[in-house]
Formats: sequence, C-alpha cells, structure tokens
Amino acid sequence: MNNGAKIKPGSTMERVNANLAKRYAKERRFRRMGLAAIVISLMFLGLLFGSIISKGYGAFWQTYIQLEIHFEPEDMDLHGNRSLEVLSAVDYGGLVKRTLREMFPKVKKRKEKRKLYGVVSNGAAFQLREMVMNHPDLIGRTVQVWVPADDDVDMLIKGHIDRHKPESERRVKDQQIAWVDELQRVGKIEKRFNTTFFTAGDSREPELAGIHGALMGSIFTLLITLGLSFPMGVAAAIYLEEFAPTNRFTDFIEININNLAAVPSIVFGLLGLAVFINFFGLPRSIPLVGGLVLTLMTLPTIIIASRAALKSVPPSIREAALGIGASRMQTVFHHVLPQALPGMLTGAIIGMAQALGETAPLLMIGMVAFIVDIPANMMDPATALPVQIYLWADSPERAFMERTSAAIMVLLAFLISMNMLAVLLRKKFEKRW
Amino acid sequence: MHLPTLLFILALLCVFSFWIGKRRALIIADGKHCNLHSLPGYYGYYASLWCAIPALVVLVFWTGFESSIITTLVSRELPVALQSLPSDRLNLVINDIQNLVSGNIVSGEIDPAMRAAADHYQHLQQISQAALTVVVLALAVLGLLLAYRQIHQAQRARNWVERVIMFFLISSSSIAVFTTIGIVLSVLFEAIRFFQAVPISDFLLGLKWSPQMAIREDQVGSSGVFGAIPLFAGTMLISFIAMLVAAPIGLMAAIYLSEYASKKMRNITKPLLEILAGIPTVVYGFFAALAVAPFIRDSGEWIGLDVSSESALAAGLVMGVMIIPFVSSLSDDVINAVPQAMRDGSYALGATHSETIRQVIIPAALPGIVGGMLLAVSRAIGETMIVVMAAGLSANLTANPLQAVTTVTVQMVTLLVGDQEFDSPKTLAAFALGLMLFVTTLVLNVIALYVVRKYREQYE
Repeated sequence: MNNGAKIKPGSTMERVNANLAKRYAKERRFRRMGLAAIVISLMFLGLLFGSIISKGYGAFWQTYIQLEIHFEPEDMDLHGNRSLEVLSAVDYGGLVKRTLREMFPKVKKRKEKRKLYGVVSNGAAFQLREMVMNHPDLIGRTVQVWVPADDDVDMLIKGHIDRHKPESERRVKDQQIAWVDELQRVGKIEKRFNTTFFTAGDSREPELAGIHGALMGSIFTLLITLGLSFPMGVAAAIYLEEFAPTNRFTDFIEININNLAAVPSIVFGLLGLAVFINFFGLPRSIPLVGGLVLTLMTLPTIIIASRAALKSVPPSIREAALGIGASRMQTVFHHVLPQALPGMLTGAIIGMAQALGETAPLLMIGMVAFIVDIPANMMDPATALPVQIYLWADSPERAFMERTSAAIMVLLAFLISMNMLAVLLRKKFEKRW
Repeated sequence: MHLPTLLFILALLCVFSFWIGKRRALIIADGKHCNLHSLPGYYGYYASLWCAIPALVVLVFWTGFESSIITTLVSRELPVALQSLPSDRLNLVINDIQNLVSGNIVSGEIDPAMRAAADHYQHLQQISQAALTVVVLALAVLGLLLAYRQIHQAQRARNWVERVIMFFLISSSSIAVFTTIGIVLSVLFEAIRFFQAVPISDFLLGLKWSPQMAIREDQVGSSGVFGAIPLFAGTMLISFIAMLVAAPIGLMAAIYLSEYASKKMRNITKPLLEILAGIPTVVYGFFAALAVAPFIRDSGEWIGLDVSSESALAAGLVMGVMIIPFVSSLSDDVINAVPQAMRDGSYALGATHSETIRQVIIPAALPGIVGGMLLAVSRAIGETMIVVMAAGLSANLTANPLQAVTTVTVQMVTLLVGDQEFDSPKTLAAFALGLMLFVTTLVLNVIALYVVRKYREQYE
C-alpha cells in the first residue's frame, strides 16, 4: 500500500504512517483485552467446577466396616415371643457394641470403649434392625454385615484427616487410627458406592444423610410449577401477542411482566409468606406453596419466551388460515400454536431450570427445616435440593462439605441436562421461514 | 371420597360429556355437518365445559372454606370454659384439636372435652367430604343435562366456547398484574405496621442496626435498633465490587465475541458462558464461602493485611462472576443491533477495528449498554444466596472491602428464617426491607427498560 520512497515529507500520508505502528499496537492490545475477558470468565467456570468436583467426588463412596454379628436370642433378650413389635424393640446398638468388643478384646476402659463404639456409625443399629425385621430367620445365626463407618473414620480413610497433627487437634484419636489400620490390614474396611446418599433423607450424621428427600421435594415443587406456569404462561402470551388490542390495559400488563422478570426472587418469597401462608392459611414448608411461589416467579420468563416463539411464526400462516374461513381462535390454536410450541417448550424448560436452582424464596416460606422423612405428596413438609445444599453448607463437619459438593454435582447435572434438552429441542424444531 | 379420585371421576365425566355433546349435535343434524352452525366437536366442548366449570368452581370454594367453617362450628361447641379463653390460647386449643384429628403429637394433656371436640371435628369433616362429593358430581351431571337439552342446530356453540377460552386467556395475562399488586400490598401493609412501631426516619436515617428484641422487659442490650443505613451501605459496597468485576469483563467479552471471534469460537464460548449464567446462586455462595473467601483471607495475611473471613470482597467478587454472563449477553444484543453501515463507514475512513469499536460502536450502543448495566445493578442488589452464605451478619458501616458487611437481603433472610412471632417489629422489619428492595429494583428496572426501549427504536 505505502511505498515509503514516494511519500512527500509533511504530507498526510506521512503523518498517518508515523502513527500506524502505535495504532496497530493499540489494536492488538484491545483485542488481547477482549480475549482476556473471555479467558477470565471461563477460568472462573473451570475453577468453580474444579473445586466442587474435587471436593465432592469422594462423597459417592462411603467407607464400610465388616462386622461379624451373632444374632443370639439370649443376647437379644428374645424369650419365645418373636412378634415384630418385640423384634423392633431389641437393643441392636448393644449388639453392635458387643461385636466391636469381641473384635478388640483388649479394650477394657470405659473411655476407650466409647472411642471404639465411635468407629461405627449410629446407623449400624438401624441397619441390623431392618435386617432382622425383614428376615426373622436370621436369629440364631452368625452373619457378616457391612455397616457404614462413622464420618470421621470415613474422612480418615479418604485421606482428609492429617495423621501428623497433634492428637488434640484431630477428630480421630490415635487409638481409633490404630483400630482402623488394624481393620484395614485384615480387609474388614472397604470403600463402596454410597447408595445411602441417593436413598436417604436428611440426617445429622453425614454418613446417613442423603438427598432423596430433598430431590422429592424439588420434584413435587417443580411439578406444580410446570403444571401451573406453562398453561398460564402460554395463554397469556397468546392473548398478548395474538388478540390484545393496543390500549392502556395491555400496555400496563406488558410493563408489569417486564418488571416482574427483574424483581429479586426473595421478594416473591415475601409475597408467598404474606399471601399464601398468612392470608390463605396454607401450612409452611410444603411443596405446594413452594410451587405456587415459583410459578409466579417463572411466569414472566415463560411468557416472554412464548411471545418470542409466537412472533417468529410468519403472518402468512395466519392469513392463509383466515383466508379459508377459520375463526381467529381456530387460526391460533390449529395453525400458529403448533408451529410455536417447540419454542415455548424451550422457554418452559429454561424457566424450570431457573426454578430448580432457586433458593431464596423457598427460605422465606419455610422450606428450610430439618426434615428426615421423605415427602410422599405435595402437602408433606419438605426441602428442595438447593435448600438442602444451603443447609449442609452450614454444617461444620468435613464430611458434610463433601456431601454438599456432591449434592451440587447432582443439581448441576440436572440443570445442564435440562438446558441441553432445551438446546436440542431448539435445534431440532427450529424453522427458518 | 378423596380429592384425587373425585377429580379423576370429574375428568371422566368431562370426556363422556364431550362424546355425548358431539353425538347429540350429529343426531340433530341428521349426520350432516352442514346443517349445524359449528363443527360437531364444538358442541362436545360446549357440553363438557358445562359439565366441568360449575363443578370445579364449587370444588375450589368448598375446599378453600371447609376447614375454617368446620373450625368455627367446632369451637362453638366447645365447653364455655374453653370458649372464654383469650383468642391466642383458643387458637392453641383448636390447633391441638386439629393435631388430634390428623393423628399428630399433641402439646400437653388430652382432656375428654378436647377428645370430644376432635371426634366432632372428624365427624363434621366426614360429612363435609361426603356432601362435597355428592354436590360436585350432581352439578357435573346437571350441567351435562342442561347442555344436552340446549344443543340445537342454530346454536352458536363455537362462539360460546371461544368466549370461554378468551376469558381464560385474558385472566391468565392479568396474573402478572395481580402478582405485582400482591407484592405491593403484602409488603406495604406489613411495612406500614413496622413503621407504626419504628418511626420511618429512624429506619431510613439510623446508623445502627441491631434487630434483637428483648424477650423480657429487664433484659440488657437487646432493645432493637432499626437503622438501615449500614445495610444500604453494605449492599452498595458489595454491588459496587460486583459491578467492578462484571462490567469490564462482561463488556469486553461481549465485544470480543461479537466483533473479533470466529464463528467457531463463538459457538463454543457462548454456551459455556450460558452455563455460567445457569449455575444456581446457592452454588456460587458455596464457592464463595469455601474457596474464594479463605483464599482472599490467606493472601491478605500473606501480604500483611487483616482480612475478615467474611469479607465484602469475596462476596462481591463471586457475585461479579455471576453477573458477567448477564452483562455480556445484554451488551452482545445491543452491539449486534448497531447497523453494519456505521461500521463500514468507519472502516472506509481508515479507522482500525478497535478504533471503530471504541469511537463508533460503543457510543452508538451506549444507551443500551447503560440500560443493561442498570439491570445488572438491580440484579446485584437483589441477589440473596451468595451474600447469605459468604457475607457476614454484623452491620458494620464501612467502606473497607476487606471487612465483613451485611446486606438488605441477608437481614431479610435472617429475620424471617426460624420461628418468630409474626407481630414483632423484628419480623415486620424484614417486610420494610423488602419494600425498600422492591422499590429500588423497580426504579432501576423502569429506567433501564425505558432506556433500552428508546435505544432500540432509534435503529429499528
């Protein structure tokens, strides 16, 4: 472009050329800044996933200890009568303790015994009771049973407890470490897939805590949200896009929808507390109320997405239908809606993903209680998955931190698969008119 | 009969009505569509709407008022000694009776009077259930019969059905208005009650926030001071830090993606940023509390700074990361809306790519970008979980980002989670804070939407 030789001194060309290197450097700098911004955002994404996965993957395995349990009728105080009531009242905790004492006969002092009992989870007794209740013929036999280890032992096996720290700073004492090492040497300790995590409700003991209850709560809540917000959102979008005359009232509705989309979610929680719980007298902590609140919250998202989907259907479709004598309602329901439905579904899935991750409004309506039972319907007290994460994140135990991360991984898996479904749906049904 | 069974039977009846209505129309028309005003299916819909709507309306109202009516009836039957109790004690007794009925654990002793009342309650409940079943099913059948008799050749069934559908469409779209009204009323009423107990000037201008109320009169140090300035300041500080992170990174990312990046890179990067946007805030909160806050504290210690473990910096930083995709997608839209002609003009004058962006595109897109930033600020102010998990509870009035501050949303959560009386100023304060939050975000949103809309009109 520029042949240095031909340029006259003092000409515009020379002044431009003098600055050119600087301007190009500026250009490169600017470009690099843009790239840096993207790299930083993606780095945060990687950091977040990395820290959660590295902390949480361990929770999918749980340490189990093998106990050789003698279901002796005398030890269990069973004298003849073996009805279910009697069987359920047996001191199974005592049975576990007896077995542990037999395994380590040298332990004599009371304090030491208590430490020994602490190696095995409290849940062992419940596990034995369930076994006996289901199979009463076990009585009188000797069975090898794998029971969950205490969460501190679990952490030790997984290497999260520093053995070199002074004993007073450790949650696992020297003696317990010695027992655990002994058990490990004879192969009576084993890490297994943690099914409890997926089948149990909440618990104060990390090794017995699971996400099943929270997951069911989330599912019930989302069912209500979907069942209410999708039909209503689509109906509202159809009215506003296809029928509404342009007047003050429609304008007012539109302003309201746009504003509601940006109202902080916690304010919807206040609304739920004041209206559904205090005014209508519905009980606290139930998925029904949670679903109603999340319905109101996701409605604007669904309406906006559905309107966009309706807008993308070309007017020629409507004109053709009207031209052959369909009524306006028939035009919309028979011809426009089927074309717009995939887009609407995509919007609904994204709205549901948003509702699934929402925590703050659920805190306001009391879905934040410690609930052990797995909810069976929409009127049972429940928590939701994100709330469970919030609750566990507050617990001091190291094992709960692991479980929090694991619960987050489950939640993210749900969210990402929902979003992928939305993307696939959009790709498959997207039409270029 | 249980509610689900009843609903199921009702649904079956509706399907049956549809079939009957359609058949009836065809019989009347001698099997020829052209003899009818509407298509035969519309007569079916007509019949099934007549079958469903009255029955459903009664069902909803019945279940809504059932328990309160039964409770009134039962409390009227209670012994005089119990009836003369103050209303809050009476509520406790009634609560116990309801617990007895549903087989829950009862507080205190069960005396025979209560047992009798519980039996009475149960009896009434059974009667009500049976009556509900009869009434609903009778109404459904009656509606069907009525519709059946009304069907005739010239009947405008389609218009009638379409009117009903239209009513449903309009009422669905008014839900948004009702939600707004509901929010305003519920927050406003409780806030007014709060301002009756605490003067509004103390709330808006007070410098000390300590919402602990004395349970006994003689308790020390818990008088309940509701000066919200420290909360506003804390919210501002954290939002400011968040915007400091999100605004430049989000904007630069948007510029790079829309102006520089190849199509392939855009296809990979955009979904990744969308993942960042889709992560629940509780996850960000956990990340802030467990990874970022300790990291900042340790690095602060390393260079000799005293950093609180719940520093505003950690919460703000993570909140900023959360908002990056929000800012970038809004800016992306705006930048793409700038007409290509403006870019071409700038290139023709010899401007480099970055000069075009900085001196032509950004100024042209500025109103939209500002609008997007305002929306992002409103998002940061209303964000709850990150600050609940990573920011502190102590209301410090400070501008130092290394100290712990608290925010409006954190206080709302701490005031309302757990069991409190609903009338104490402590609980009501949460609604006053909610009012402030709602008004602030509303104003920001209205301005932002106005700016964005104005800007869009310019180029469309």
